[in-house]
Amino acid sequence: MQVQATGPSPTSAAAGLADPIVELSGVTVELDDRTILEDVDLVVGTGELVTVIGPNGAGKTTLVKTVLGLLAPTAGSAWIRPGVRIGYAPQHLPLDRSIPIDVAGFLALGGARPHSEFAAALAEVGLHGIERRQMAALSGGELRRVLLARALLRRPDLLVLDEPLSGVDVTGQLELYELIGDIRSRRGCAVLLVSHDLHLVMATTDRVVCLDRHVCCSGTPETVARDPRFLNLFGDRFGTLVALYHHHHVCRHDAAARGELGP
Amino acid sequence: MIEPFLLRALLAGLGIALVAGPLGAFVVWRRLAIFGEALAHSALLGVVLALLLALDPTLGLLLFAALLACALWALEDQRLLPTDTILSTLAHGALALGLVVLSFVDWLRLDLMAYLFGDILAVSERDLLLVVALLAVVSAVLARHWRALVSLTIEPDLARVEGVPVRRLRLVLDLFIAGTIALGMKLVGIVLVVSLLVVPVAAARPWARTPEQMALFGSLVGALATLIGLTLSAAVDIPSGPAIVVTAVFSFLASSGMHRVLERRGSGRARPSLARRGGAR
Repeated sequence: MQVQATGPSPTSAAAGLADPIVELSGVTVELDDRTILEDVDLVVGTGELVTVIGPNGAGKTTLVKTVLGLLAPTAGSAWIRPGVRIGYAPQHLPLDRSIPIDVAGFLALGGARPHSEFAAALAEVGLHGIERRQMAALSGGELRRVLLARALLRRPDLLVLDEPLSGVDVTGQLELYELIGDIRSRRGCAVLLVSHDLHLVMATTDRVVCLDRHVCCSGTPETVARDPRFLNLFGDRFGTLVALYHHHHVCRHDAAARGELGP
Repeated sequence: MIEPFLLRALLAGLGIALVAGPLGAFVVWRRLAIFGEALAHSALLGVVLALLLALDPTLGLLLFAALLACALWALEDQRLLPTDTILSTLAHGALALGLVVLSFVDWLRLDLMAYLFGDILAVSERDLLLVVALLAVVSAVLARHWRALVSLTIEPDLARVEGVPVRRLRLVLDLFIAGTIALGMKLVGIVLVVSLLVVPVAAARPWARTPEQMALFGSLVGALATLIGLTLSAAVDIPSGPAIVVTAVFSFLASSGMHRVLERRGSGRARPSLARRGGAR
């Protein structure tokens, strides 16, 4: 077991990638005598957008926690480039109604910053005028965006988003995916995105890693969708729905260009 | 002229009330009320052990509470049983053991009632100094780490990723709570001491919009309850610990009731405007 925090990237496995920011090699995680992850390799390069998909129980959240250094691997090594600033949006925020806290107060917990930055970060994720709203009164979609804003306020080199679409309706999911893609291209930060939702994988994803305790297959969305190992695990739904997403995306822009309102 | 023992009790009570605002807020947010009960119930064993070892009982109480807080902190990651089950086992185990040990040493003269329900006559000058020291240390640490503490309370993993030393700060918080319980026990006793932490912040909750407000209002409610409770107890000769707690609970009931009334009036005003908006659609 080793968690390296210093030094250069430990292996040359990343030779294909010029500048890795995160590198897991041969990571195995056992919890309570159960193997959650087995011999997982994962590399995220600078500015790269990597989507990890997998069914429930595939070890996605464990993978995230290993990358974040919250969990030490039983075997293998987890390396993250020294000095990297991480913005993390967890899957759940167990907000207890007994804690009175508004959105601005919640954002301030991530680090002391001038209030003008809060408004800017909220605007970046598409929220306006909600600084004084109580956190407990937010909708699922608003909460996801506030979590994203808190992560962005840290000016991250690496954004780690665990199920950023949970509790968000379909239109909101498309908007959020577009937003994440925009943020990546605007800020140039690497993004590690985890999702169990096979119906919708971002068109702008550089690489999809298909996880089921071990890495089944990985590659561009198009290659993975055709990979027999992927089809074996998830069936044939994914390929068609990626196409649907492209389609929908174009539709919205057409509608906007004609000045019409979408359905 | 106020009696010296009453003045000591009053000052100690106010000191405890002030630290109990912010610490009680964490007890409520992190659902540590049972943790507090466990510390309080096991205190008797601490006192008995201290007396057997010829140590000062208050010192024994503090040490034992700190030791237990450390043990509970170490047990926190155990997942096979729910935390309240572990706490309940430890709490009642320690209380029962304290009573058993006490029955064996018949030369030990211990005023059990004073420990169970408090005795303001027992508040010594040194106890008062200990309260002042607790107040100073707690204020300094909370002021410095407040944001990190609130952050780890809401989402510990997120706090850790953002660089907060979560486990260390949790231990500090647990120790502060243990200290408050050990010293507050002098005033209101083992059975009632957790209410000093929980009730004032519960009364404060409906009126607070930020974590800081809840802690501050909690301190104010606690201080008022102490003042009124002790005055009542001196004026009409009722036991002082229960008088403080009853006052605090009444303030909680009044606060909740008042909030409910205001809320209903507020929603009564909002209803017609909602209907109008509905009609426009």
